[in-house]
Amino acid sequence: MILESIVFYSLAVASVGSALLMVTRRNPVIAALYLILNFFCLAGLYLTLQAQFIAVIHILVYAGAIMVLFLFVIMLLNLGDERKLSDAISPRKIIAGGLSLALLLELLSIFVTGTEGLPEYNADQALQVGTVEYIGKQLFTKFLFPFEVTSILLLAAIIGAILLAKKKPD
Amino acid sequence: MEITISDLWQSAPMVSLTLTGLVALLVESMKGGRTTAVYGLSLAGCALAFVFSLWSLGSEVIVFNGMILQGGYASYFSMVFTSSAFFTIVLSRPYMQRLHREQGVLYILILFATVGMMLMASAMDLIILFLGIELMSVCLYVLTGFVRTKVTSNESAVKYFLLGAFATGFLLYGIALVYGTAGTTNLKLISQSFAQLSGNSLFLMGAGLLVIAFSFKVAAVPFHMWAPDVYEGAPTPVTAFMSTGAKAAAFAAFVTVFIRTFAITGTPISEVVAFIAAASMILGNVTAIAQSNLKRMLAYSSIAHAGYMLSGIAAGSAEGETGILFYLAAYTLMNMGAFGIISWVEQQDDTKLTFDDYAGFSAQRPVVAAMLSVFMFSLAGIPPFAGFFGKYYVFLAAVKADLVWLAVIGVLTSVISVYYYLRLVMVMYFRDGNATIEERVPGFAFAVIGVIAALVILLGLYPSLVVDISKTFFKL
Repeated sequence: MILESIVFYSLAVASVGSALLMVTRRNPVIAALYLILNFFCLAGLYLTLQAQFIAVIHILVYAGAIMVLFLFVIMLLNLGDERKLSDAISPRKIIAGGLSLALLLELLSIFVTGTEGLPEYNADQALQVGTVEYIGKQLFTKFLFPFEVTSILLLAAIIGAILLAKKKPD
Repeated sequence: MEITISDLWQSAPMVSLTLTGLVALLVESMKGGRTTAVYGLSLAGCALAFVFSLWSLGSEVIVFNGMILQGGYASYFSMVFTSSAFFTIVLSRPYMQRLHREQGVLYILILFATVGMMLMASAMDLIILFLGIELMSVCLYVLTGFVRTKVTSNESAVKYFLLGAFATGFLLYGIALVYGTAGTTNLKLISQSFAQLSGNSLFLMGAGLLVIAFSFKVAAVPFHMWAPDVYEGAPTPVTAFMSTGAKAAAFAAFVTVFIRTFAITGTPISEVVAFIAAASMILGNVTAIAQSNLKRMLAYSSIAHAGYMLSGIAAGSAEGETGILFYLAAYTLMNMGAFGIISWVEQQDDTKLTFDDYAGFSAQRPVVAAMLSVFMFSLAGIPPFAGFFGKYYVFLAAVKADLVWLAVIGVLTSVISVYYYLRLVMVMYFRDGNATIEERVPGFAFAVIGVIAALVILLGLYPSLVVDISKTFFKL
């Protein structure tokens, strides 16, 4: 139990820290690398919650594929003028900041007060739900139809991507 | 726990349209790219799906393991979507040929977008709802940017994509919170436990995020910013498709979740929706007055119409649902007609899109001018056209739900809207000029617009044709 808390708190501190470092860095590449660190910490947190599948997918999809995409875009755009990020404070920024702060407080108050009456899961259920085997079984029985629909969605996305990215517009 | 033949058979409209799309894709990829074949195939697919929907209108079943509803409500919307897709395909052909940009894949994307819309209208599970919205949106992003040689088309596609992706984030977060509190994504199960859930602030927040996501998709204030730019930049037939089929689909999902699943009357959700409705009606109509570009004017008018229909959702009653269903059928017809005629008049370089370009149109093309006038009168909600009864039903539902103030705003803003709709009619009939359609309009497209105009009048004279059907749909 103590070991669990130690793992949880060290991962929690590391993930919040890396997230903060990510948004405060000037250099976009370094910020992106902190984001990867953040993803790994989150994946660790999922593991402590017995969600092996999500943990693995998180690393594969986010830390893997999406981050590579991010880095590619950053390098392609060759962001040289990152000093622009520190613009003067405008009224619009103050309003946006105030609204964000209000939303944050609202969310916090809801998460603190509004969690009663939630469905309860015991540890056994949690243990079972997180495995690849269980998710695969659900995907091909109960959720077979959404699974098939996803294939159409991906097909449409592929057609669209090819159409828009073709070299010669014909 | 598996997909059976009877499941597939009972969802014939959706399955047939998907298969048509896949076959058309194969035909398109064959050597020589037979665009005409793809065009014909797509039209046939839409017509077939329409017939299947009409046929299954009377019987309602839940298929695919509780995932989707077929027949009734879903069939009704399938008919709206397939008609919208059919009209769009017919109008796209001459438009794209003029730009020398005709490709069969345009029609295929329209078909897949329609499948996505059907999924949205038939969803009985939030996962299907999400997949439907994404399937529709992904196709629409590409369709918006279809004319790659035009800067405006590209710009609007990027805008639509970025904001749309952002709205999807709200949708997913909302679904996650609803799932977290309800323990299921099945709408039927959620509706059974709504009474307890509606007291839970976490659930309400999830519902609020869903309101944001749907309001974005229907282009309601304050989530409407994308609409004017995207409507203006997209190829006109695609704009027509977006403002009719896509809007109807978003409303189908909105009604499914917020009237059929959640009993929102008397909850804070109802107040929020009422506020959004009022803001959309006021801002949409007032801003539309200032527009000189017709596509932008119709974009703001579409924001206003979203506001009218949202009053039906704020009412949260069966009357509200019936009103929205009728309104969407009428709106799809009249907006498709209006955009169709605009796409004939406009030039390749995005000119001839202002009010002034229609001066003297009635003398040159009296029949087309008369049809455009029918659509404008109907959009303004003047009896005996279909648009009048749409407004009548949703405002009646609002009054019955003690939202008199909302109905009053609706009526007052409708009066404002008469100004800019009839301004076009006035310019066409009473101002001298030689506005005309420069290129020949194919007879088929002309006939289709004629049928739409006839239907707008027919629905205005006999609204019970649609209303009686929609009353028979079963409730969750």
